[in-house]
Amino acid sequence: MRVLGALLRKELRLELRTLESVPGMALFSVTTFVVFHFGLNRPNIEGDLAAGVFVVTILFAGMLGLNRLYVADQEEGGFDGFLMAPVDRTWLFVAKAIALFTYLVVVEIVAVPAFGLLLLQPSILPVLPSVIVVLLLANLGFAIIAALIGAIAVHTRARDLIGPLICLPLLIPVVIGSARALEPLFTQGGAGTLETKWLLILGLYDLVFGLLSVAVFDPLLED
Amino acid sequence: MTPVIELSGLGRAYGDRAVLRGVTLTVAAGQTLVVFGPNGAGKSTLLRILATLLRPTTGTVRVLGSTLPGEAWKARGRIGLLGHEPLLYRELSARQNLRYHARLHQVDPARIEQLLDAVGLARRADDPVSTYSRGMVQRAAVARAVLHDPELLLLDEPRANLDPAATEHLEPLLRGERGGPPRTRVITSHDPAGGLAEADLALGLKGGRTALFAPAGDVTAAEIGELYR
Repeated sequence: MRVLGALLRKELRLELRTLESVPGMALFSVTTFVVFHFGLNRPNIEGDLAAGVFVVTILFAGMLGLNRLYVADQEEGGFDGFLMAPVDRTWLFVAKAIALFTYLVVVEIVAVPAFGLLLLQPSILPVLPSVIVVLLLANLGFAIIAALIGAIAVHTRARDLIGPLICLPLLIPVVIGSARALEPLFTQGGAGTLETKWLLILGLYDLVFGLLSVAVFDPLLED
Repeated sequence: MTPVIELSGLGRAYGDRAVLRGVTLTVAAGQTLVVFGPNGAGKSTLLRILATLLRPTTGTVRVLGSTLPGEAWKARGRIGLLGHEPLLYRELSARQNLRYHARLHQVDPARIEQLLDAVGLARRADDPVSTYSRGMVQRAAVARAVLHDPELLLLDEPRANLDPAATEHLEPLLRGERGGPPRTRVITSHDPAGGLAEADLALGLKGGRTALFAPAGDVTAAEIGELYR
């Protein structure tokens, strides 16, 4: 926990100092909702369309975070400093995943109200607790995959392309699960109820890829 | 004396390009090995292999009694590296960087203040590293490299970017003075006279091969100069 604390503190300090990820991700989300607001040529959206627009927007906003996740470590030698320390390297993966999860939560604190104001027909307030549960599970899945793939992508020249190219196919279950789970919540009047099976699918995905990532992360960092 | 570094037929290639070939040497505890050679001779690659950051392609490497790369985890934390990169986060202050490394290495926080004083950065310790001059960055990097009092110190042109006053200021740290047994050091240098003066052993690399390896007392600056022709 000492190591995790040190890594997390460093991650959050760097983000607070540079503001390289979260503001860009939030601005991207809100701008995309504005573009959809005018581009769809309809005052409001609901149901599957609303869920799809929201989930995909957050997904692409997350890609901006993924692309920055390991840049400071790579460019400033942080990787080498960490690799020479007598610590379990898996903590780096855990810290990166928690940091990205935190960034996504902060972005969604801005993006969800913006989505409700600009696009969603029914008010989001009655179903907000259910929406939060879905988003937390989806964020966790995204953060796990991004923390794993980011460590591979950052060593490549085309890291801004490689990361999303590998991540997006792996995240399709998260996109489907979260969009299907949100669909009834974004239906007119908020009449639909949250289907437990989609939460289970998201939870299972998080568990499987979390364990898999822990198993393969250390060898990935080897020369 | 116990060998700290034992290399036998060490080779390293990046794809098809061999950077190190057949390097064999032994460095005992407390000795200083100075590595000479022109740019691209393989000096930095050698240091990165000893630091457990690169795997050897051929040959065997034992560092601090551990065979690399299989037992690298045993040696980590006992090695300090001052490379071309300072291994410092530019947007964090020197103190924050040292605290981060101190937590990774389980170092007493009091050592941070002691080192900040020793490298003359106490007054600027809370400023971001990005605001430092190159010499100040190098001083912070020296503090980072010796923070955990490593048994083996790897120094890649450690006096680069340092003015004479700063060099003199950092000499005790660069010489490897420590409370316990003397520190073993591997230093890369382009300064034949200066390098030989602090070396117990001299290694000359040319094109990744060993051009000379001998006790420093048996080597002249002119012989080192030949490596660069």
